[in-house]
Amino acid sequence: MNNPYIPKPVRIEEIITETEDRSLKTFRLAFLNKEDEQAFSYVPGQFAELSIAGKGEIPIGIASSPTEEGYLLFTVNKVGIVTSHLHNMSAGEIMGVRGPLGKPYPINELKGKNVVIIGGGFAFTTLRSTIAYMLANRSEFGKITVIYGARTPGMLLYKEQLKEWEARNDIDLNVTVDKGDESWSGKVGFVPTVTKEVAPSAEDAYALVCGPPIMIKFTQPVLIKLGWTPETIIMSLENRMKCGIGICGRCNVGPKYTCKDGPVFTLAELNELPKEY
Amino acid sequence: MMKEMVIDKKDIAGLLTELTGEMTVIAPVRKGDNLLFGPVSDGSEAALDSVNTRLAPKDALFPQCEKMMTFTTDRQAEDAHTMQDVSEPDKQVIFGVRPCDAAGFLILDKVFNQGGAEYEDTYYLRRREKTTVVGLGCNKPLSTCFCASFGGSPFGTDGLDILLTDVGDKYVVTVLTDKGEARLKGKSGPSEADPTSIEKAGQIKESAVKSVKAGIATDKIKGKATMELFDDPCWDTLYETCMNCGVCTYSCPTCHCFDIQDEAIDTEGVRMRNWDSCMFSLFTRHGSGHNPRPTKKDRFRQRFLHKFKYFQDNFDTVACVGCGRCIRLCPVNIDVRQVVEEMNR
Repeated sequence: MNNPYIPKPVRIEEIITETEDRSLKTFRLAFLNKEDEQAFSYVPGQFAELSIAGKGEIPIGIASSPTEEGYLLFTVNKVGIVTSHLHNMSAGEIMGVRGPLGKPYPINELKGKNVVIIGGGFAFTTLRSTIAYMLANRSEFGKITVIYGARTPGMLLYKEQLKEWEARNDIDLNVTVDKGDESWSGKVGFVPTVTKEVAPSAEDAYALVCGPPIMIKFTQPVLIKLGWTPETIIMSLENRMKCGIGICGRCNVGPKYTCKDGPVFTLAELNELPKEY
Repeated sequence: MMKEMVIDKKDIAGLLTELTGEMTVIAPVRKGDNLLFGPVSDGSEAALDSVNTRLAPKDALFPQCEKMMTFTTDRQAEDAHTMQDVSEPDKQVIFGVRPCDAAGFLILDKVFNQGGAEYEDTYYLRRREKTTVVGLGCNKPLSTCFCASFGGSPFGTDGLDILLTDVGDKYVVTVLTDKGEARLKGKSGPSEADPTSIEKAGQIKESAVKSVKAGIATDKIKGKATMELFDDPCWDTLYETCMNCGVCTYSCPTCHCFDIQDEAIDTEGVRMRNWDSCMFSLFTRHGSGHNPRPTKKDRFRQRFLHKFKYFQDNFDTVACVGCGRCIRLCPVNIDVRQVVEEMNR
């Protein structure tokens, strides 16, 4: 019997410090066994449990795209026991990955549509996965608009990647910071304000919105005003999890389990559920 | 299959002792003032003459603390930092299970096997497959029993392989499954049933079924929208006395929430799962400190909505079997029947 609780061993290939305050690091992981890598078939929006023997597990969104073969990327914020330990680990060390888990973004539904990605802070991880996936399959999607904000230029994730995307003409990238500095020549302003400026059309489009609660709270009305319907606004939730497979009982939002029925929900779905997230 | 036999009460201890030679035997045993399910090494330890145990027998299928895997962090070891599954559990028989608790196993079955290999709980299912459940009918249900509310009965056979009916100096042994039959095969003790015992068992059953009070209705809950029930003003007062102590969740035959924790001494460790409870604030608290269910009211509401609304939505049945333990053990006399009455209005 396949035991869904057993993590598969991976090696840390590289650790990238993403932000100036060093609270966010990206871990590039590679499976030790080829068959585990082949079995780990995922879609942007899914997550996995990262396992460190003796410390525990944490659910983290997959930041790499399935089109980036041979490795997985996870961007981890340092908050608790497992993440603090992870931040102190080095390339070459062995840990575990269990997954992929959860319901992904509805990539097939997005095909042929215009896609608007709105992200804030360190919630940009599975959005990075989605953008990388769409760019690798560029002809299958309509216009791609990205609005991504962080507190300061130094708090932006994936800076090199953002530069590459900036240079392309098949993606409309709008990076903004709450507060600029002398080196910053880009947009300054909160994500909802920039969304208003960019005013993405709701026609034949989906929006993927992921960020801190305050950003979501003020971005939603902007989109609704622009004519977006709750069915086309797609969000991703976070809740405390253990099993990741709908059994252990803690991540539920009403009858839905964030781990198994989510983490991806439409705003229309969330409007029918308690705000227990 | 169904086959009726009888066994003298004095032969039960011998039968259980014989079974211990083949597998783990779990039965109600006295521990201090409490009657609890636990392993017996000698059949005479089993106490079948009392009302139901303080805690449900779910521990036999879903242990309160269970080793999931082992690991070493010793750098010299070839498999350092990789998780190794624990060995398969032993065969077991759970003896003297009341029909409500057996119905509870069927609810746990739904949770721990939600279809598709990625959602099958290996630990539970391995144990379940190797388990035989021998039930004991309830001649005298308690005032807190309400199994009849959910299609149960003091002599219900759902989830059982064998049902025993106490007819005085004997038990009538109703063999319900092949697994049940296999446990009795070649054993001394059970013999062919006599018509007098069968008739007596019938009478006892009839009077017991009558004595279970018409319980609670849950028929309207499923039709209500989640948010209608969630925002119902009844929660504002119902929760007030609750201390979030969690005894209702620990004693419940269907509560199944758990935590996963690593424990290690030096370089050798285990990954454990331990019962957890929706009554505790840490249960849902994020690493950031944010808590989606920060108040007692949130947690109280969650337990009842989960059992009677969410579970119905997901599995088409409520997650309550009417054993009444939470009513008997609650230190502030919260009665699930009253709560459900409010929800079902």
